[in-house]
Amino acid sequence: MIEQVAEPLQQQGFAKVVLELEVNNHPGVMSHICNLFARRAFNVEGILCMPMADASRSRIWLLVFEDQRLEQMVLQVEKLVDVLSVRRHGAEHEVFERLEKFFL
Amino acid sequence: MMQMTGAELIVRLLERQGIRTIAGIPGGAILPLYDALSGSETIRHVLARHEQGAGFIAQGMARVSGRPEVCFASSGPGATNLVTAIADARLDSIPMVAITGQVPLAMIGTDAFQEVDIYGMTVPITKHNFLVRSAAELLEVIPQAFRIAMSGRPGPVLVDVPKDVQNQLVSFEALPEPAVPDPAPSPDLEAIAAAARMIDAAERPVLYLGGGVVHSGASGLAVSLAEQAGLPTTMTLMALGTMPVDHPLSIGMLGMHGARCTNFILEESDLLICVGARFDDRAIGKAAQFCPNAKIIHVDIDPSELHKIRTAHVAINGDVAAVLEALLPQVKPILRKRWLSHVDSLKARFPIAMPGRDDPRTHYGLVHAVAAALDDEAIIATDVGQHQMWVAQAYPFRRSRQWLTSGGLGTMGFGVPAAIGAALAEPERTVVCFTGDGSFKMNIQELATLAEEGLNVKIVLMNNNSLGLVYQQQSLFYGKRVFASRYRGEPDFLKIAEGFGIAAVDLDTAANPRAALAQALQSRGPCLIHASISREEFVYPMVPPGAANTEMIGD
Ligand SMILES: Cc1ncc(C[n+]2csc(CCOP(=O)(O)OP(=O)(O)O)c2C)c(N)n1
Ligand SMILES: [Mg+2]
Repeated sequence: MIEQVAEPLQQQGFAKVVLELEVNNHPGVMSHICNLFARRAFNVEGILCMPMADASRSRIWLLVFEDQRLEQMVLQVEKLVDVLSVRRHGAEHEVFERLEKFFL
Repeated sequence: MMQMTGAELIVRLLERQGIRTIAGIPGGAILPLYDALSGSETIRHVLARHEQGAGFIAQGMARVSGRPEVCFASSGPGATNLVTAIADARLDSIPMVAITGQVPLAMIGTDAFQEVDIYGMTVPITKHNFLVRSAAELLEVIPQAFRIAMSGRPGPVLVDVPKDVQNQLVSFEALPEPAVPDPAPSPDLEAIAAAARMIDAAERPVLYLGGGVVHSGASGLAVSLAEQAGLPTTMTLMALGTMPVDHPLSIGMLGMHGARCTNFILEESDLLICVGARFDDRAIGKAAQFCPNAKIIHVDIDPSELHKIRTAHVAINGDVAAVLEALLPQVKPILRKRWLSHVDSLKARFPIAMPGRDDPRTHYGLVHAVAAALDDEAIIATDVGQHQMWVAQAYPFRRSRQWLTSGGLGTMGFGVPAAIGAALAEPERTVVCFTGDGSFKMNIQELATLAEEGLNVKIVLMNNNSLGLVYQQQSLFYGKRVFASRYRGEPDFLKIAEGFGIAAVDLDTAANPRAALAQALQSRGPCLIHASISREEFVYPMVPPGAANTEMIGD
C-alpha cells in the first residue's frame, strides 16, 4: 500500500476575504509572509503594502480565497515575529475595489 | 559610554546570555567574530569538522540543557552546511541560535566570493531570522534571537552578520539585559474545566504525550495526571521517557513502529488527551482513522497546532506544565478498573515481539545489554534508520531528556554530533550513540572532534552494511526490487576509529560480548562498539505507509 496523490483542492467557488496585517517595516518581512503562502500553494490574489504614519511599521492588505485552509494560514501568519496583528474583512472591503481601475 | 566592535559586542552578549560552549568552523567572513571570541574567558569554542556537525553539536547541548545553544559558521558553503541541522531543530522544536558570517554589506547581491542568501534560504526553516545591517542593531537582535528561540514553542533562529558589521565600531550607554522567555499565554480556565469534566465522564480515555511535555518540563505533572485519572498513557517518539516505560499505566510508543497493543488501545478509546503532541503522520497513521470514536482534548503552546490535523473538542492554548497544574485539582481520582484491566489484557496479548532479547549479538539483545550495563543517568542518542526504531522500542527510558533522536526531519548523521553536544553539556554522564553504518558515515568526520575533546561518548554501531530501513521498504513494498540500498564495499570501522584515535571494540569477535560491552561502557572516554546485525532483520510491527495504525504487519 503506497500513498496516493490527494485529490486536488477545490480552487473555485470560495468567497474572497481581505486580510489586514500590521507588520514591522524592514526588507525581509514580505519574504516571510509570501513564503508561507507559496509553500502551501495558497494563491494570494491581491497584495498591497505601504508604510504607516509611523514608518517603522507597514500595513499589508491581502486578498485571498476563503478555502478550508484559511484558518490554519491565518494562525501561521500570526506566528510570524514581524506580524503584529491580523484582521479579517469581507471581500466587500473597498481597499482592492478602489484599486481595480488601475488593473483594467 | 562603551565602545567596541560588532564582533566584540556579539561575544559580550553571548557571555551575558550564559553561553559557555560554541561549536563552529571559521572562514573569511566570520574571522572578526572568531578573533573576538578568542579573547573570551568564559566561552569555549569546539571546532567541528563540518558545519552540519557544529549545528548538531549545538542541538545536542540544547536537547540536554533545554536552553538555546549556539553554533557559528562562515558565509557561503559554511552557512549552507548548517541548513540541515537548522531544519532539524525546527521540526523538533529545539532552541538554537546560529550565527553566520556574511560578505560585507556593500557586496551583498553582487555574487561576491562565498556569498549566498542564507537569510532567504532559512526563512522557511527557522522560527525567525535576521540579516544585521549595523553593529548598533546587534544590541537588539542578539537578545531578540535568544528570546524568540526559547519563548513559546522553541525553535532555531539564524543571525546573519556581514563582515563589515562585525568590524564596525559601536558606542552605547549600557549592554542590554540578557533575554528571558516571554510569559506563556494564560490558559483558558473554562476550557480547562470542560476538559476535566470530559476526563471524569470518559470510559476509555488515553493520554497521548508529545515532545512539548519534555520542552515544558512537565513529565512529573503528566504522570500525576495519568495516575490520578487512571489514564493509560502513550508517548510519541519525541516524548519517550516522560513516563517511565515500566510504569503500569504506560502503553509505550504509538505509531508506525509502536506495539500492536498501543494502536489497538488507541483505536478503542473514547477520549484522547493530547498533550504537547501534534498528530504527526508517523504517529497517527491515516488521520481520519486514528482514534475514530474518541473525543479530543488538545493542549499545545502553539495555537496553530490546535485543530491542524484533527479538530479538537476542547483546545487549550498554553504551556503544558501550567495547563496540567490547573487541570490536576479539577480531575476526580478514578481507578477505572474495567478499562485498565482491558488495557492490561491487550498489552499481554499484543506486545512487541522481541526475538533474541537475551542474546547481545542480536539487535534487540544488544539494546537490552547496553541498558543493563547502564543506569538512568546515561543519555541515549541515535541516528536514523532501523537501529533508531529498535532502540525506541526496546530501550527502557525512564526520564525526560534521556533520549535524543531526530524525529521530525529524521536526519541521518544526527547521532554522533548530537551525542558530542550532550557530552559537552553534561560531561559527567555516559552518552551512548546508537548508529547505523549508513548514518555513521554521514558525519563520521566528527570522530576527530570527539577524540580531541576526549568526551565520554560510546558509539554503538549496528552494522548491516546497508541502508537497512530502505532495504526493508523495498523488500516489503516494492516487490523485493532491492536497489541502491546494499553497500558493495565495506569499510573497516575498527580501523577508522583507530585512525581517529578512538578505542574500538568488536563484539563480533569478542569471546564474551556482554562482558566486552560492559567494560567498554564503563571505562571513561570515547569508544566505538561494533556489532554486525543481519540485513534480514526488519523493524516490526509496522504500519505500511498510507495505512491506518490498526493495519499493522508483523508482530
Ligand atoms: C540525510 C538522510 N538521507 C536519507 C535518508 C533516508 N533514509 C532513512 S533511513 C535510511 C537508512 C539508514 O541506514 P543506516 O544508518 O545504516 O541504518 P539502518 O536502517 O541500516 O539501521 C535512509 C537512507 C535520511 N533519513 N536522511
Ligand atoms: Mg545500516
